[in-house]
Amino acid sequence: MKKFDKHHGVVVPLDRHNVDTDAIIPKQFLKSIKRSGFGPNLFDEWRYLDHGEPGMDHSSREKNMEFVLNHPRYEDGTILLGRHNFGCGSSREHAVWALMDHGFRVVVAPSFADIFFNNCFKNGLLPIVLDEEVIDHLFAEVNDHHGYRLRLDLPAQEIHLPDGEVIHFDIDPFRKDCYIRGLDDIGLTLEHAADIRNFEEKRRQSAPWLFDNLH
Amino acid sequence: MSSKTLYDKLWDAHLVRQDDNGTALIYIDRHLIHEVTSPQAFEGLRLAGRKPWRTDSILAVPDHNVPTTDRASGITDPVSRLQVETLDQNCADLGITEFLMNDPRQGIVHVIGPEQGATLPGMTVVCGDSHTSTHGAFGALAFGIGTSDVEHVLATQCLILKKSGNLEIRVDGQLAAGVSAKDVVLAIIGKIGTAGGTGQAIEFTGSTLREMSLEGRMTVCNMAIEAGARAGMVAVDDTTINYLSGRPWAPQGEHWERAVESWQDLHSDPDAAFDRTVTLDASRLQPQVTWGTSPEMVAPVDGVVPDPDKETDSVKREGMQHALAYMDLKPGTAITDIQPDHVFIGSCTNARIEDLRAAATAIRGRKVAANIKQALVVPGSGLVKAQAEAEGLDKLFTDAGFEWREPGCSMCLAMNADRLAPGDRCASTSNRNFEGRQGPGGRTHLVSPAMAAAAAVTGHFSDVRLERDR
Repeated sequence: MKKFDKHHGVVVPLDRHNVDTDAIIPKQFLKSIKRSGFGPNLFDEWRYLDHGEPGMDHSSREKNMEFVLNHPRYEDGTILLGRHNFGCGSSREHAVWALMDHGFRVVVAPSFADIFFNNCFKNGLLPIVLDEEVIDHLFAEVNDHHGYRLRLDLPAQEIHLPDGEVIHFDIDPFRKDCYIRGLDDIGLTLEHAADIRNFEEKRRQSAPWLFDNLH
Repeated sequence: MSSKTLYDKLWDAHLVRQDDNGTALIYIDRHLIHEVTSPQAFEGLRLAGRKPWRTDSILAVPDHNVPTTDRASGITDPVSRLQVETLDQNCADLGITEFLMNDPRQGIVHVIGPEQGATLPGMTVVCGDSHTSTHGAFGALAFGIGTSDVEHVLATQCLILKKSGNLEIRVDGQLAAGVSAKDVVLAIIGKIGTAGGTGQAIEFTGSTLREMSLEGRMTVCNMAIEAGARAGMVAVDDTTINYLSGRPWAPQGEHWERAVESWQDLHSDPDAAFDRTVTLDASRLQPQVTWGTSPEMVAPVDGVVPDPDKETDSVKREGMQHALAYMDLKPGTAITDIQPDHVFIGSCTNARIEDLRAAATAIRGRKVAANIKQALVVPGSGLVKAQAEAEGLDKLFTDAGFEWREPGCSMCLAMNADRLAPGDRCASTSNRNFEGRQGPGGRTHLVSPAMAAAAAVTGHFSDVRLERDR
């Protein structure tokens, strides 16, 4: 995984509760067997006026200019500002891949759905939970200022606002360490392969029926 | 020894190691795989030069993309076909047991696991699908994972996890005839909200759950994720053991005796402490119908579409206004005045034999109403389909004007050809009423199988309890 320590970017406000992963990446794009290429179809049904299918030339489709991602002022956005229960619904990791493929590196919201939250950490997208009042304040600031940017410092667990205000955020120490050092989960787990084998052997003794072959 | 909840016991029994930083390594007993969320995991494994840790823990099946008609000619959509062929190839290369599309045992992954006895009490069960919570009905710890974690389980047989909180949802009282497990879980989601279980493992307890069949418990646990909880579970009892006895992959002989004995402890201790308990009185429960674009937007059948102007929270109010605009509904409309033009009976929530029986009973020899453009029955598996046909249910459905299809996920998420057109309104036994879920611009009302069937024959949502008395 790529290392992540600091980030400075334009904030894109998505002022909706319960943004689900079906909305983030609609099902027709899940037929891909790759991890990349989902960016043009991020929020496909909200972003375009026509119906999108895999294999289309998405650059020539008619955009819904009402949708925030299509506003010129948010064109270079890399930080998504969301609301309560962001990423609910389906477990599809394609939602995280689509956000990252579009260019997002950070999602800030008052709460996230569990599976989405976990999927973020597998891919280097940083989900940050902040209090509702802070989120309200950020929405107001983004709306009032063109090109509103935040500066993120992961080692210090700080968000620096353009007016000099500093907001502290919490993050799981294990996840933070993995991000800063660019560590891969599977490699870390395999360092404990002997523990896994020992556990497995005891389990095989105590519950042998769990090891019967499926056939 | 201190008292434990069922979740505590399942967690402790699978704990390989606990790290100081709060994360734990948890052993996975059963890994279920389907075509949509696995190709990138297999590719990652290959690129890293790794092999699966334990192939005998894995069962694979194509379900999301498969056609529900005319399977003899294969899959016509080339993108879907490639995804299913990729699964077939990966399983063949690595020696993983897979039910191929034309295997009579093929079906929705969350229907076939339990049906085969591949899901057992006391197991950890994972799948790259959020509705894996279904398997918690067996007193198992079961939850959905993303593709990176599918790869992680393939490579290590473990997951790095943090323990969730313990949420008890206690449902007591006898359900009225015609009120089902689906109505129970929709009412729970209406009560606690779609984020009410976030960060929690839910144990469903109480007399209603004890009286419920395993199929009903699976329906309830299936939608734990719609309440925000990755895992939902029910303690083991005789219903669980009777369901499993004789299933193809359930333990046999001496293993069965030992297994049944070990399963006796799979319940929360009487004085175990939950972080929170929510209660629901099932005896007064009505059939439920969702009116919006989130499963928490739900009302009893004799209710009305609520008025956003009466909601004090401004963001919630906007959410309701948005949902009503999308659903093309006006506040104050009686639920029974809403007329679907499609009916879908299927999905991992409600496509088991008991669901099909309940729907068939609600039809009672009547015909699909004139305003219904399409009524589909998609059994959860080939074996459910065969059982239904042996009972003559297929004939009841087709005589009434329903289409009788091959098993798969179908119109629950519309990845195959079964989908709504923009503006279509569907009475659906599935689990998500999100915008575009059943097809772009489609409008979904979540209901029980009996309520879906009653809507099909009356042309509008109808109280199936009254329909039964007619």
